[in-house]
Amino acid sequence: MPDQILFYLLGGLAVVASVLVIGQRNPIHSVLLLIASFAGLSGLYVLLQAPFVAVIQIIIYAGAIMVLFLFVVMLLNVGREDTDVDEQSPVFVHRVSMRVGALLAGLLVVELVWALASAGTLGGVFGPMSQAPPAVTSVRTIGHALFTDYAFAFEVTSILILVAMVGAVVLARREAK
Amino acid sequence: MLFSMNAIVPLACVTAAALAAMVAEAFRTPGERMPIAPLGLIGLVAAGIATVLLWGHGYVSFNVVAGDDFGLFVTGVLVVIGLLTIAFSPATIEREQLPAGEYYALTLFAIAGMILMAQATDLLVIFLALEVLSLSVYVLTGIRRDSRAASEASFKYFLLGAFSSAFFLYGIALTYALTGSTHLDRVGQLIAGHTFGSGAMETFAVGLLAVGFAFKVSAVPFHMWAPDAYEGAPPVVTGFMATGVKAAAFAAFVRVFMSAFGPLSAIWVPVLWGLAVATMILGTVVGVMQTNVKRLLAYSSIAHAGYLLVGMVSANAVGRAAVLFYLLAYGVTNVGAFGVLALLESKDRPNDELRDLAGLWNVRPGLAALMTVFLLSLGGFPPLAGFIGKWFIFTAAIQSGYYGLAIIGVLTSVVSVFFYLRIVVMMYMTEPEPGRAPLSAPIVPRLAGAALGLATIVVFYLGILPTQLIDLATQSVARIF
Repeated sequence: MPDQILFYLLGGLAVVASVLVIGQRNPIHSVLLLIASFAGLSGLYVLLQAPFVAVIQIIIYAGAIMVLFLFVVMLLNVGREDTDVDEQSPVFVHRVSMRVGALLAGLLVVELVWALASAGTLGGVFGPMSQAPPAVTSVRTIGHALFTDYAFAFEVTSILILVAMVGAVVLARREAK
Repeated sequence: MLFSMNAIVPLACVTAAALAAMVAEAFRTPGERMPIAPLGLIGLVAAGIATVLLWGHGYVSFNVVAGDDFGLFVTGVLVVIGLLTIAFSPATIEREQLPAGEYYALTLFAIAGMILMAQATDLLVIFLALEVLSLSVYVLTGIRRDSRAASEASFKYFLLGAFSSAFFLYGIALTYALTGSTHLDRVGQLIAGHTFGSGAMETFAVGLLAVGFAFKVSAVPFHMWAPDAYEGAPPVVTGFMATGVKAAAFAAFVRVFMSAFGPLSAIWVPVLWGLAVATMILGTVVGVMQTNVKRLLAYSSIAHAGYLLVGMVSANAVGRAAVLFYLLAYGVTNVGAFGVLALLESKDRPNDELRDLAGLWNVRPGLAALMTVFLLSLGGFPPLAGFIGKWFIFTAAIQSGYYGLAIIGVLTSVVSVFFYLRIVVMMYMTEPEPGRAPLSAPIVPRLAGAALGLATIVVFYLGILPTQLIDLATQSVARIF
């Protein structure tokens, strides 16, 4: 029972935050609300016994990618979303984009209904879905694989990141003169 | 399989040299001259010695880096290309006032990535190696920051390269979905033991991987980036890109397609056949129309990728050995040609238009003669390296019954001779245009002179006494495939 309450709380947080994201005039508020939505999703992953995905969700999406978004928004210095363009564009364009949007939304609803209705019987690419043992996705297993089978790849990644850093410095630094 | 660290020794030597170059730059006071290039040379020579010592032992490190003879042969080729590139670099760095430490560090990291790509036996590691070398080369392309052409070239290369990486990665993902592994041996076993036929999933996996590789070796129609990137980069870097990247990508291409995806050759041979034909023809025909020497050599390198693809399509032992031999012959020749171009560059003008070379014979007979040797070798004249390479490739094609490919290859080689000879004629028989300032006699630094001499000796040696290296190449493919 507490699981269900938590599910509805977190799911509700994700849905409400997502809806608010598109309702904002200020892009920075949108980005911050998106982070809230990701936090909700991350909580759902924990409920699904996938703690690793949950942590990754926070670190990569809420951490790295959202910071990138914020930077871009701030660098572009977009104070408020400019809606003038939409209002000035010809009615025809407006209508076409509305219709395409409505069509896509309709498709999404149909797909969701179909997927939910057949959730029990649906099979994956590799035969019917089975209850995967939770151990597979645990941080422990992934860490073990990362530092044994993939130890070399892990080390090469550090070189890759170093190269990216050197490259960024070379291309972006200001001339000393 | 013996667990040992030995197989990564060449890679470790080059990486250590790259790190040393970075640290040296960090401790350099502004204006101080520091011998960073020799650091790179030492690292590369150490890697070369390690390669020779490892030859024939077949060590495997971490289960993903193979020190087999195939990988070591390509490593040797890459070490030679790296040595020549670093020997040509100081003049360019001095003239363009490039950041020396970063330049050498990135070059050495790129070589490390290439070596890893040639030796890796796991798709994941191949991808990481590909990214290490690509990122370094993107930056090297745009390292002349005050040049708009260089920035444009770098940006184009980066964007298209990122696309191709995505293709490659998706191919790896599908391979994993198909076989549950990214290790080439395992993938090969599963594919061989399974009658997959030619279902959609394996076709997509093979196709996406082929697109990724075809982009890196600049095969038509994935060559769009090459002429711009080659023209915008400094000539030394262009020579490095046109040879090192191609050698590493072809090594991995051959390894992945001929070992792991060998049983699926029914899917990929026709595709590569088409790529080879398109690449040879377009590279040659468009090359004829160029008036910029760097662009011309860019299209020539596209055509050469086509010849290498012919060796792969032949898919026999001779074809694989021919690819290895060709990589060496083409690599040394092309780095040499770009090395000459790099020496001709002056501060106020790049001297890379065809007419800039007019009358080079009068100003610098030595450079003109060396350039002629390299160009004739690229055109496939006997007794130079390029001739033996092409002969070897076309023999492989004929042995496998691909007469059409061999004929197209020979015809395009004949046409390509036209544009190589055009440069030669320009250097020897044409007077500089009246309105244009004559070519100033460039100063050839001792190191660059030695490198040019070495390249020339190798080109003649491979052309006159190729037997030894052909044997080595044949041996090195015999043991692993």
